[in-house]
Formats: sequence, structure tokens, C-alpha cells
Amino acid sequence: MSATPLRVAPATGYDVERVRRDFPILSRTVHGKPLVFLDSAASSQRPLAVIRAVDDYETRSHANVHRGVHALSQEATAAFEGARERVRRFLNARSTREIIFTRGTTEAINLVAQSFGRARLGPGDEILITALEHHANIVPWQMVRDATGCSLVVAPIDTAGELVMEEFHRLLTPRTRIVAVAHVSNALGTILPVAEIITAAHALNVPVLLDGAQAVPHSRVDVQALGADFYAFSGHKLYGPTGIGVLYGREERLAAMPPWQGGGDMILNVTFEHTTYNELPYKFEAGTPNISGAVGLAAAIDYVETLGVDAIAAHEHSLLAAATAALNDIPGLSIIGTARHKASVISFVMAGIHPHDLGTILDAEGVAVRTGHHCAQPVMDFFGIPATARASFACYNTLAEVQQLAAALRHAQEVFG
Amino acid sequence: MELKDLYRDVILDHNRQPRNFGRLDPADATADGHNPLCGDRLTVSLRLAGDKITDIRFEGKGCAISTASASLMSEAVKGHDRAEVRELFGHIHAMLTQTHAPVDESLGKLAALSGVREFPSRVKCASLCWHTLNAALEQGGTVSTEAGNEASAQGVK
Repeated sequence: MSATPLRVAPATGYDVERVRRDFPILSRTVHGKPLVFLDSAASSQRPLAVIRAVDDYETRSHANVHRGVHALSQEATAAFEGARERVRRFLNARSTREIIFTRGTTEAINLVAQSFGRARLGPGDEILITALEHHANIVPWQMVRDATGCSLVVAPIDTAGELVMEEFHRLLTPRTRIVAVAHVSNALGTILPVAEIITAAHALNVPVLLDGAQAVPHSRVDVQALGADFYAFSGHKLYGPTGIGVLYGREERLAAMPPWQGGGDMILNVTFEHTTYNELPYKFEAGTPNISGAVGLAAAIDYVETLGVDAIAAHEHSLLAAATAALNDIPGLSIIGTARHKASVISFVMAGIHPHDLGTILDAEGVAVRTGHHCAQPVMDFFGIPATARASFACYNTLAEVQQLAAALRHAQEVFG
Repeated sequence: MELKDLYRDVILDHNRQPRNFGRLDPADATADGHNPLCGDRLTVSLRLAGDKITDIRFEGKGCAISTASASLMSEAVKGHDRAEVRELFGHIHAMLTQTHAPVDESLGKLAALSGVREFPSRVKCASLCWHTLNAALEQGGTVSTEAGNEASAQGVK
């Protein structure tokens, strides 16, 4: 099985202390202790550049987009469409017609499920996903299955948390109409072999949607090189605002799909008898969009590219390696998800201490980790556990914080005697 | 917010060695409780003589707060009737949610749970077993800390 590793560049010259100064929230304390924020896989923090870009837009330029001839509407439209072009360059899409703004990854996947899925699926057709998916890449497809009578097929994972590629290839058949998989697992950090998945699917003319919510913050994504038909991600996991996300779709795919929501902005002409839909990408953007969110997302992309995606990935990789070693050194601790290629996410359980208790004890030390099922209950079921604790590392985390996590975990063991 | 107030020795002891752990078979009443936010699940089974709880067992997987709360509850309610259990639940609920009210010392060992109120995200852990016991006494079935996520299955035993 081949997997696409994160491109790792040497971490020399990466000044994490300088990066930390860009994030005002990191200087606060929690319960009297310095904040150690290890929950960026749920939502990352915002650099000042993003906060200021949103503030500038709200303070100077806000009006509705694509509407008026007045100055503010034109400024707002320029900012919004400028953000779309920024996203296009970030993903290396061919055209801004392929960049649709959504509320987030979840809405992007729902868009494809409803527009692509509902229109053309029926009994006998199959949707192929994996056992690693976030609920956002399960439930929209179940809704399409229930509405159309098609089947939802799930490719299994192994005990390391890797997709079993032999099974994936076996389940990918002439009945498969779409493949929808995570690029990176949010619960375990597994990086999926998406190049192999896309090649196999395209050999059968099956389109592929990648849930990139956890991949985009950690790796360079070139949608043309990948060949993905659809790619979804969220702004708020990429140091941008909440409530903004992106669906990339290959133009010929999007052109053949019906709108999924109706309203203003997505039309060219409306009478009570007939409506002519707008062209791409507006056909899929009904109603006034999240303009300031798009502006913030563009600023976040600028920020990430200034630091360098490869440099961030290399830094995070060194944190992941250190954390894996430090946690493996703690008796009774088991890391859940030991794939060969992982993003900077570590899920774990500790003998005799429920993840929920761990979360509370760590919080009292100022260490923020996620505890629970991570919106991936089937993954928890597979490992026979109700929940895990999950630490995730971002561009602003440090090796010292890895050691603070380990110390807090040892403290939890003391509390529980 | 003091961690020591949450994880008192009584709590840690009942977490390590839960009392009345298991399932009564046959039982006169059972109910399942579920906290979908953290995955905690527990089953409460009862033997009843008229209105009185003569025996109680609980089993399930949960955090220290939920396990200790269920264990302490099982000790506290044995031998009591529905009205007394309802009244006790009222006191417990007040203790867990009313941050500034003095702790009712008549609750005995159950007062060890009072630290939970300083940790709002953990109140449901401590109250799940009580809601489940309530369901067993009322009609059986399933209760969830998140209404709507898992509709209560009325009348299912």
C-alpha cells in the first residue's frame, strides 16, 4: 500500500516563539496556568492578521456583495471575490468558478451529497466511504441513501487505524457512483493514501470527494495534482474564522449538477413560471454569503503561506514525534491510531482513567485537549472504546508544551492513585 | 475551581471499587441511561417490594464521576420508597446545580459529589444515574442526557 506522506522539510529557521506572538489568545492563562492549547484539530486559534483583516473589513468596507453600484458594495465585492481568488491559488484550482464558499466542510459535503447524490443515485447504486470518517462524511450520505434507495458501503480499517486498501479495492465496483473519504482522519490522525484511492476510482470513472478539513492545515494541497473531483475544508481549522469553508469542485462536475439551495445571488432571472440559474460558482451560493468570513479566510491563507505550509508541517511533525515518544513512555497509556503516516494528532486512552476525567484534570493544569468520540463514533466502536483523549498540534505549539502534556498526564495518574 | 474538590477520596474509592455493580436477574424494573456527549452508558436494575427498593445494581462504562455517583446512589436508595427517592433526587439536583447554596450535610457520603458544581461540564456525569433510576421507577426504557438524541422509549422493559 502506498500512502502520501506529509512533505517534510527541515524545521530549521522556524521560530515558534515568534509565531506564538502572532496569536494573542496564547498569552492568556486558564485556571491560573499558562494556556497549553492542544485542541487545534477541533478549531485552531486566529493570528492577529486574521483578526485585523476581519476588523478592517467590518470597520471600513462592509456592504452586500454583487448588488449595488455604490462604493462600499464594490469594495465588499472586491474583497469577497479577492478571497475566492486567494483560495483558488491556495488549492491550485484552474478557475474561481470551481471555488464555492460554504459555511464549512460539513455544508460542502452536504452540498455534494444533495446536489450530486440525490439527482443521480437510486437502488443498486453505491456510495463508498471508509470506517475512519467524521460524522460529517457519514450522515449526509445516509440521508441520500434514505432518500434514493442507494447503498452506503464502508471500507474497513485495521487496528493501526489504516484503511485496508485490499478491501477498498474490492468494494470499489462498477456499482460505485461516488467515493467520499477523509484526506486525514480527525480522530486518529491517519493520512489516507488518497492518490491511490483517486487513481483506482477514476479507472472506473467514479468521482472522488475528499474531506480535507484536517489535511489543509498540515499539508500542501494541489487539487489538480491530486485529481480530486471535490475537495472540502473549513476556515476555522486553518487559523481562519468559523462559519466559512470551501467546496472545490471540478468545473465539469459542478456544471452538470443542479443547485441545492434556492434564493438570491444564485439566479440570473426569475419569473413565477421559470428561473434561470446563475453561472458557477454563484449557482451554489444562495443568499448573502459570509463576506467577513471569506476575508478572514483569505488572511489566514496569507498567514499560513507566509510561514510556509512545508515549514509548519515539519514543525508539527517534530512535535508529533516528540509527543508519541513522551506518551509511549507513560505506563498504562495506549495511543489509539498508529498509522505509518499521520498528521499531528494523537488519540489515546489511559488505564483506569476515563478520557473525560483526563480532560478535566488536564484542564485544571491549563492543558486543553479534546475528549470524547470526536464526531467519529464508528471509529470508537471499532476500537471498543467509548471515547479517547486527543491532543493535536498546530503551528504555534512547542516542545515544552509536549512535555507539559506528559507531566499533566502523570499528574492525572497521581490524582487517581 | 479545585481539582481536589472534584476528585475526593470517597469518589476515587467508589470509582475504583463500585458498590452494587452488576445486574439483577430477574429484576422488577430496569432502565438504560446514555450520555451521548461523552459516551457514558449505564443500566440500573431494581428489585421492588411494593413501593420500596429492596435491591439495586448498576453496570456500565463511565468516567469516575458517573461511576462513583451511581455507586453512592445505589447505597443511598436501597430500602427507600419512591417518594423518598424522589425527594433525595431533588436534594442531589440542587446540590449539583446551585453553586452558592450550602451543601445539605444530611446527604452524608453523597455530599462528596458537591464539588461537581464547580465543573459545569461534569454535572451530567453525576446526574445520569439518578435520571436512569428515575426512569426505572417510572416506566423503564432509555434516558439520555441530551433530549432528542435518543428518544426515551416509554414502557419498554
